[in-house]
Amino acid sequence: MIEAKQINKTFGGNHVLKNVSCMFDRGKTNLIIGQSGSGKTVLMKCLVGLFEVDSGQVIYDDRNFSVMNFEQRKNIRQEIGMLFQGSALFDSMTVMENVMFPLNMFTVHPYEEKRERVNFVLKRVNLENVENLMPSELSGGMRKRVAIARAIAMNPKYLFCDEPNSGLDPQTSGVIDLLIKEITEEYQITTIVNTHDMNSVLSTGDTVAFIFKGELWWKGNKDTILHTDNKELNDFVFGTELTSRLKK
Amino acid sequence: MKLFDSIGRYVILMSRVFTKPQKAKIFRHRLFDEFQHLGIESLGIVAFISMFMGAVVAIQTAYNIDSPLIPLSMVGFTVRQSVILEFSPTVISLILAGKVGSRIASEIGTMRVTEQIDALEIMGVNSANHLIFPKIVASLIMNPILIVFSMWLGILGGWIAMMASKLVTSTDYVYGIRLDFEGFTIFYALFKTLFFAFIISSVSGFYGYETRGGALEVGQASTKAVVVSSILIILFNLVLTQLLLT
Repeated sequence: MIEAKQINKTFGGNHVLKNVSCMFDRGKTNLIIGQSGSGKTVLMKCLVGLFEVDSGQVIYDDRNFSVMNFEQRKNIRQEIGMLFQGSALFDSMTVMENVMFPLNMFTVHPYEEKRERVNFVLKRVNLENVENLMPSELSGGMRKRVAIARAIAMNPKYLFCDEPNSGLDPQTSGVIDLLIKEITEEYQITTIVNTHDMNSVLSTGDTVAFIFKGELWWKGNKDTILHTDNKELNDFVFGTELTSRLKK
Repeated sequence: MKLFDSIGRYVILMSRVFTKPQKAKIFRHRLFDEFQHLGIESLGIVAFISMFMGAVVAIQTAYNIDSPLIPLSMVGFTVRQSVILEFSPTVISLILAGKVGSRIASEIGTMRVTEQIDALEIMGVNSANHLIFPKIVASLIMNPILIVFSMWLGILGGWIAMMASKLVTSTDYVYGIRLDFEGFTIFYALFKTLFFAFIISSVSGFYGYETRGGALEVGQASTKAVVVSSILIILFNLVLTQLLLT
């Protein structure tokens, strides 16, 4: 479980996160939704420590991440997997080397064992015979799947996904959503997904937190989100032509 | 203020760079990659420039010796002194600041804007050490080798030019090269080279690492890295020359 307590973050004079408190449950796909610029990516970066919070705390299973230094955070970071918006695969490495990278860095297992683990996670994300390809030779969906494979290679307890569907067609997006949900439930990971894709919300949102102008505006799940009377959330959910027509 | 801010951020970054690598095997692997990228791949341009530089110095010196009182062996002597003291360590370092510096800044800058550095940080890897330290070590090892290679080729280029133009005999040229040779000049040149190698790799690494934004900013970081490295090389060339040769 991950807990954000009273998080504040300011850039210059811009107060991006205002007293955000939220709990993210284990074994569930916890979504953070909101408009572009609402602060959801900043919140995620504060949770993983890429941004330092101005005030507030981030707690990973009773461990206060906010007060730790780089060395102390290393242990928790090895329990974190992250899927970035643009996949963030290392350009100079093959798929195999990308997925094996965290294993090489943090384990002392023999090569054969690491290779077996890489094959296992690649198979788990439905990728085979791509080990020797470079990231530039892969499609967007394949890159995302390799990034998921790399993120789960170390058996993480926490998985963060920053807009996993960006740049993907609706069908491939569905595949990625389903994969994240399956992996979360199978390995009982605490998964946090940043998205503004309503398809993802309705298919995977075990818990949904709506961020509006840097504040936690609403919290619920995929079933309650369609029946709320929160105006800002309704504007967000039914903001597209398709969803507004469906509502009518 | 901006200058002091940049210096402060550079010092902080270097304090993260100069730590023990997390995995010796991975560091070794990256170091050999950098030998290839920063050193071996620069051999061609260094060889080309050095040969022509030596040849031009030799021809210009030969043409400027009008007086019969000045022996023609002075051509070899002048080429040796010019190449060892200045052309190889400084000019080739400036060339490397352009070639290697822009490569380092754009490589690390691209990794920054495509979130690859964030990915390393999330994993718990000290990204500054992982990315910049092997480049600095590789530059410190490879640049002196390149400069010695350049000295040799510069002097050879001068000899070839003299043989082709028949302005000076081989005996005179070789006599000039060996005339009053002081080993200290090599030490001076290599000391300067080490200093410049550190400037090129660390300053370029800094500008790459500090990149924020997109492709445009990567280009700007690369340009800044080359310009600042070149200015620092010129400045420290004067300081080191003053300190070591006077």
